[in-house]
Amino acid sequence: MEPILTLENIGKQFEGNYVLKDICLELAPGEVVGLVGENGAGKSTLVKILFGMPEIFHSGGYEGSIHYNGKPVSFSSPLEAIEAGIGMVHQEFSLIPGFNASENILLNREITNNTIISKILGPKLATINQKAMDERSNASLGALGIDIDSRSVISELPVGYMQFVEIAREITRDTVKVLVFDEPTAVLTEIEAELFLEAVRKISAAGTAILFISHRLQEIMSVSDRIVVLRDGRLVADKPASELDLGRIAELMIGRPMGADKASARTGTEKAVVLKVDNLWVDMPGEFVYDVGFEVRQGEIFGIAGLAGHGKLGIANGIAGLFKAGGDVELRGTPLKLNDPMGAMKMGIAYVSEDRKGVGLVLEESIDLNIGFNAMQIQGKFLKKILNGLFSFRDEAAMSQAAGYYIKELDIKCSSGKQLVGHLSGGNQQKVCLAKAFVLEPELLFVNEPTRGIDIGAKKTVLDALRNFSETNGTSIVITSSELEELRSICDRIAVIFEGKVAGILDGGASAVEFAMLMSGL
Amino acid sequence: MKAKRFLTASVVPLMFLVLSLVAIPVSGMSARYIFSEVSARMARNCFFVLSLIIPIMAGMGINFGMVLGAMAGQIGLVFATSWELEGVKGILASAVVGTPIAILLGAFGGQVLNRARGREMITSMMLGLFVSGIYQFFLLYVCGTIIPFNEESGVLLSRGYGIRNSLMLPMAKGIDNILTVAIGGVKLPIATFLVTLCLCLLTYWFRNTKMGQEIRSVGQDADISEIAGIDVSKRRVQSIIISTVLACYGQILYLQNIGTLNTYNGADQAALFAAAALLVGGATVSKAGVVNGIFGTGLFHLLFVLMPIAGKNLTGNAVVGEYLRMFTSYGVVSVSLVVHAWKRQKDREMDRELLKRKIQDPAKDE
Repeated sequence: MEPILTLENIGKQFEGNYVLKDICLELAPGEVVGLVGENGAGKSTLVKILFGMPEIFHSGGYEGSIHYNGKPVSFSSPLEAIEAGIGMVHQEFSLIPGFNASENILLNREITNNTIISKILGPKLATINQKAMDERSNASLGALGIDIDSRSVISELPVGYMQFVEIAREITRDTVKVLVFDEPTAVLTEIEAELFLEAVRKISAAGTAILFISHRLQEIMSVSDRIVVLRDGRLVADKPASELDLGRIAELMIGRPMGADKASARTGTEKAVVLKVDNLWVDMPGEFVYDVGFEVRQGEIFGIAGLAGHGKLGIANGIAGLFKAGGDVELRGTPLKLNDPMGAMKMGIAYVSEDRKGVGLVLEESIDLNIGFNAMQIQGKFLKKILNGLFSFRDEAAMSQAAGYYIKELDIKCSSGKQLVGHLSGGNQQKVCLAKAFVLEPELLFVNEPTRGIDIGAKKTVLDALRNFSETNGTSIVITSSELEELRSICDRIAVIFEGKVAGILDGGASAVEFAMLMSGL
Repeated sequence: MKAKRFLTASVVPLMFLVLSLVAIPVSGMSARYIFSEVSARMARNCFFVLSLIIPIMAGMGINFGMVLGAMAGQIGLVFATSWELEGVKGILASAVVGTPIAILLGAFGGQVLNRARGREMITSMMLGLFVSGIYQFFLLYVCGTIIPFNEESGVLLSRGYGIRNSLMLPMAKGIDNILTVAIGGVKLPIATFLVTLCLCLLTYWFRNTKMGQEIRSVGQDADISEIAGIDVSKRRVQSIIISTVLACYGQILYLQNIGTLNTYNGADQAALFAAAALLVGGATVSKAGVVNGIFGTGLFHLLFVLMPIAGKNLTGNAVVGEYLRMFTSYGVVSVSLVVHAWKRQKDREMDRELLKRKIQDPAKDE
């Protein structure tokens, strides 16, 4: 059959680094194509190019060409793509919470009644015909095989149902020919996911072409006609689903046959337990932690891996006291009071947040002050006491000296310690965050996403600095990262988080396939 | 959970209801007096309060910039007074003069607020103070010099230019007198109530138009609306224009009931009192309906009538009573803003609690 959507030699580079290269992909009406790949393999960049997201154009456009419906196209905004008939359903809901299902399904395409007033003053003043809208919405929801009252308000619906409303919205457009699903089942329960896949099959049977992106390989296997695997920005396989199995897909994603990985673990099981976590829950929006338990030993580098939205980021945030948390956390046998950032730091826990600009740094202040800030507040370092301690002043010289040490040690590229942190690049900001934590001389250090959004050179410096710090000071470090390879290169043990719980704890040297299986909940 | 939500949502009205119930016996006023005072004040003020609703729908909070509309209305009244128009004719003339000014000021205000997203309320408040300066310059100097005025009408100061400090309005009670009914000896301006009722219906109708729907969706989530192809900036400006024009009519309606125009500072407190009334009615800076406006106006004015006398009776000093009025209105606004923030926090906690329960135990959906 004539393909409805053809991607030819699509490539995308960011400052000389190719994140996508030579991607060729065809999508025929009624076909479901599964797109898989590790984090950073280029899946989301591909979707962004297809939808003409502004960030693609701001970073220099893309290479190759896209043909849609027989014509070459290049969308310059998501709105254009949607109007042309390419719909998108993603894991973050884009529904208006206070509107009911039919108002959402027909947002800005409301069915209206003309009145005398609207005939005089224009169609914008035509009244909404809620009844007709309900009928239309119910037809779409019915086609998906789901029983949702079109008048129910979105915010009162179960989470899983919201996804169905989104799909109904996409298929209600008469023009829709291609639908892109980006991790649609990440938030669904098992039963909902089953219903959802059934709905996907129904839509494709009606002739819509579907590009299905998911980390749940089993789902991809059960719903797709063809499976496309991306790895490091290249297309490494494009095969009918019948020719593949789970193990083979995982291998293709990772690029090595099973069991060929080197062990990097430094053994440390005889050392004392520093951190003991039991039944931890953390109420962090989007990264909910339900029930997590693990132990970290003296001098160990402990990794936390998992897919976005499964709660891995919530763990450190909860223990550090940034989000509401509960459960039992013990530091060297002493119970830690949760929800108290000051208390956690006083006990010797330092935390480097994934939110560098929001939580990690004071952007409008100098490097010196940023590095010394926590040590000054928590431990009273870098303070000069005057009049027997009646007043304390900042000891700029001492602070500057300490900062100077780290600027050299971590290779922070700056004009001087007086430069404002806001003017540094992402990688150098991250180094300042680390220095800020190192100055505290913590017993236990939490680092979230240490290399997110920084270049390769800085990545290496950051990881080396963490390893060195742990080795010289015997500090235990807990690193949370979306990049599994990075964790495997530095961690002794790695816990994999799936749906807010520990799916398993593996040795740093375990095979990538084992990790992939745990991450997908298999 | 439902009862808890209702309580957090109506904490402000309940607080003020209790306060009024306490103040009634302390003030020692008769039920008839209270009824006549409150009904008269509701007639004159409801329309003005209701003009705040549409910007709240658009997610822009309380439009303190409504004083721009009030000023437009007052300029209309000044001109109509100088033309010595009485009754309904005078009212209509004021509206005709005021409307284009209100539209211009509203468009200007809307543009400014689009550049200050997320800080609409404080910006609109400052904008009101700024435009008040221009308004005063216009009436003090421009009127009578650049714009010629009928000197016989007596609106000008004796020096030949500038509008007098206070004007007797020839169109006083222009609307009220169309239809007045006495109930139990209390004269009720039914016509004014009918005009207000029309606005209620209009607001309700507007909600259900395509434009109203778009404005509401912009208010709920501007990003999603933008992706759906709604022109967010335009809808926001339109909602401010509508509010400003309604405020212009509201002020005309208010002043025809009072009968005199306090030329230079008549509009100053108007937005504050209207905002307080709406908030007392259980509206928040993100959700408001016609019912909140009407109930709130009644409750607020009940307190407004009771407070000074109750204060005087408690302390024996009339000044304290007057002070209590100001104190209450500023207090209402502050308290509702704080309660609103608190409520949002509570709602979020309750939502998350529900979500958690659903995920941990999906079988037991509420």
